[in-house]
This record gives sequence, structure tokens and C-alpha cells, in this order.
Amino acid sequence: MSTKRVYMDHTAGKPVDQRVVEAMLPYMAAVYGNPSSLHSFGQEARQALEGSRAKIAELINAERKESIIFTSGATEGNNMAIKGFANRNRSRGTHIITSSIEHMSVMNPCKYLSTKDFKVTFLPVDQYGFVGPENLEKELTDETILVSIMYANGEIGTIEPIKEISQIVHKKKAVLHVDATAAVGQVPIDVQAEGIDLLTISSNDMYGPKGVGALYIKKGVAIEPLIHGGGQEQGLRSGTENLAGIVGFGKAAEIAKKEMLTEGERLIKLRDRLIKGLVGAVPYSFLNGHSTRRLPNNVAVRYSFIEGESMLLSLDMLGVAASSGSACTAKTLEPSHVLRAIGLKHEEAHGSLLFTLGRQNTEEEADYVVGVMPNIVKRLRAMSPLTPKELKE
Amino acid sequence: MYTEKVMEHFKNPRNMGEIPDADGVGTVGNPVCGDLMTIYIKVKDNHLTDIKFKTFGCGAAVATSSMVTELAKGKTLEEALKITRADVADELGGLPPIKMHCSNLAADALHAAIEDYYKKQKAGKEMKK
Repeated sequence: MSTKRVYMDHTAGKPVDQRVVEAMLPYMAAVYGNPSSLHSFGQEARQALEGSRAKIAELINAERKESIIFTSGATEGNNMAIKGFANRNRSRGTHIITSSIEHMSVMNPCKYLSTKDFKVTFLPVDQYGFVGPENLEKELTDETILVSIMYANGEIGTIEPIKEISQIVHKKKAVLHVDATAAVGQVPIDVQAEGIDLLTISSNDMYGPKGVGALYIKKGVAIEPLIHGGGQEQGLRSGTENLAGIVGFGKAAEIAKKEMLTEGERLIKLRDRLIKGLVGAVPYSFLNGHSTRRLPNNVAVRYSFIEGESMLLSLDMLGVAASSGSACTAKTLEPSHVLRAIGLKHEEAHGSLLFTLGRQNTEEEADYVVGVMPNIVKRLRAMSPLTPKELKE
Repeated sequence: MYTEKVMEHFKNPRNMGEIPDADGVGTVGNPVCGDLMTIYIKVKDNHLTDIKFKTFGCGAAVATSSMVTELAKGKTLEEALKITRADVADELGGLPPIKMHCSNLAADALHAAIEDYYKKQKAGKEMKK
């Protein structure tokens, strides 16, 4: 096993920022009141809760902090937005539109609703993963109540034209939900300027603790709660708040707002260095997604004739942690639906590799990865029956 | 997720390559599901004197290919036909449940190679007639 350790799987999980950890510590022990209590202990907790809410609102430029509802993470946020909105607004229409590259926590609630008398349209995307606004326009009808399109795709990095999409959605009576889990904290998001009605974000995606997230609900957009109980979070999400987590989330949002642009510029340089090194060094290697309209931390590549998990294992032996779109790493036989939706053949999708960068990654690490990849590819291609003869020497 | 034995075979696969003048060739799997294996055999006096593999697939696919060649080499054809998927997995110290059906195809590839050998033998005899 290599002594070198390079972590480039930040979409799967990020380390919590040390400043966030410090902000959270008092709320694990010293501050223990319940924010719903009237006494001073409770009010101390309430103040921290509302302070975090304001920071989240500021990060996405929400019109007021009350539009932020805390959740347990992006999966809950997406479920709440889609099922909660659809169920509440069923009398206005039963048609929902989403894309074919959404996260499972959007795809599956939509599929669930299609078994409950809703009609769901899954929009195709082009080879880069862009949702075509003209395709959306064609599918929108007077029956459409909800359109759910992600801000950016974590698997191929593609950033969707949300503002354009929102303008089309709002020509009809539908509302726009945006899953911004992969994008938040990496690129500036402005719910007002971009015309977003519902926005899902999660804490760990911006170096906050896991198990916390938020749903932005624009004033006037009505949804039904998923979790009923004591009526916390304006009755939309019952249960005593995860205060330490929420405080950490708030701190993470504050840091992201301050450092996003500088860090983004640094990541873009690192990203492009890695892409150039990986795709340039080996024949039959390609970039998945678009070269510029992509998340600053996303390096998604594919190599013909070999399979992703074999590459991951080989990288792991050299201390490098990455991810793949291969079925072999997932719970199903099918390769990633995202890679299939951008038109990759099964065997191309199986040969995909995803590096997602983070604050700790350096140029030296990028160069290390670029340096080890050609031999890994060569070894696996020598083993593969699909490799063409001219590559065998 | 994988046993040490699987990783060891993945790192140092035995009998990897092709046999250009093979007596039997068996291919199973499909690049669609992410696993494709080809096994080449040489047969003399009813024994597998040489065996090689080529595999496109995950760690388990490579390790099972490597293991099956090791198990089959030197065996009689009848003995080799008795090697099962379960034998291969057991020899590797087990495989994760999801890999048991999708990547554990090496025994099938071996059997296909032997069938191919039998078919060629039969065709050869008929030609002589």
C-alpha cells in the first residue's frame, strides 16, 4: 500500500472545516436548551438557530431568512420539495417535469409520484448534459405544476442554464425546484436573480457536518410537510432541531460566501491541469461533460476498453481516492443513468472515472495522479479483450 | 470490500494473455454489464496443458479469471468441467454478494472454452470421414 494519500472524492464526502468544528463545539454540550422553550436556555439556542438561518439565506440571497427550512440533508430536501409541493398543489395540475440526469433523490420521488396519478416527464439532455430550454418549453402545459432541474450535476460537472429555464417555467403557472446540492458553496447562487422557487442545499457539500441541509421555499409557494409532529420549522419540518449541526452549517455557509470566488479560481486551475494531464497522456481518453461550463471541482474522464472499478482499485493501491460511474461500484448492474443520458454506450460509461477536488488538494497531488494514470490504463488495457491490436505494444 | 486473496490476484493475475493457436476459446459476459471474459486453452492427452485469460471488468472479474486458470491448469477436461462458480469464489475467500452473480463468470468461460474444444474435435473428425 502506498504511503501517499490523495483524496479526490469530495462529491462523496467532504472533511468538516476546522472553523466549523470549533463553531459547533459549544452546541454539543454548553448550549443545550430547546429552541422552542421560552426560558433563557431555550432562547440562547433559538438565537443560534436563527443566526444560522440568516447565514444560509445570505449565501443564496433569499429574500428573508424565514424562507429557509432546515432538513436532515439533500435527500430530505428534494423529497420535501417534490412530494410536498405535488401533494399540496394536486388540485392545480398533475404534471411534473424533471431531467434525466437528476440525483436519485429527485428521480425516485418523481417515479413514486407517477404511481400516485401524477404524470412525470423526464427531459433528455444533450451530449454535455445540458437541458435544452426549447425541449422544456415543448413539454410545459397548463397541467404542469412543478419543474425540477438540478443546478449542476456532480457526476459530469455540467452547470445548467437555470436562469433561462426559470424564465420558461414562469411563462406558465409552474414553479421551479432546483437541486443545488452539488453546486452550493462552489458557485454563487442567487435565488432571486435566477428566479428559483424551491432550492435544495446540503451542509456537507460546503464543508459543514453531514446530516444537515435546508430547503429554500420562496414566500407564497405552498408545500405539505413530510414529517408531522410538534410543528417546528413553521410546521413544515417537525422535530427538535439538530442545533450543533445547524450552527456548523451556518458557519460553513459564512465561510463559503467569503471564500468561494478565490477558491473557485484556484480549483478551476487545478481542475484544468488535471483534465489536460489525464486526457492528453493516453489515447482513447475523453472528458465527460463540458470543458468550461462545469463545476470548478469536477474532473470526469473516461478511458475506452477498461472498466471503472478496476481503475479505482488500482488508484487506491497508489493512495488515490476517486469514484466511478461503473455499475460495479453501485448496487445495480446498470451503469450510471447520467452517463447513459449523455449518450455514452454502456461500455463507455463503465470506463468512467470521477475525481472531485477540494480545499486541501494541491498542484503536486494533481501531478501525482496524472503521473500514475497512464500505467494503470496500460496494465488494464493489456488485460482487456476489447483493446484494439494497435494499442497492445 | 474484497478479501486479500482477491486483491492479490487482481494485483498479480496468473496466466493473463492470449494463446494464438488455442485448441478452445470461450467468451462469456457482455461489455454492457461491465464484464467480459475470454479463456484460451491448450489440450494434450485430455489434459489442460496451458490456459490463459483476457478480461474487461471489475476487480472481482479479474480475480476470478485469474483463479479459474490456476484451478484448471493441468487438470483433465472432465475435472475442469466440474469446477463451479462457487469453487472459484470459495478459493478467493468469498466475494461480495453483488459480485456473486455479475462478475463471477470465469467458470462459465472455462466451460465454454472446453465446449469449443469438443466442438472443434468433432468437426475435425467429421472432416476426416
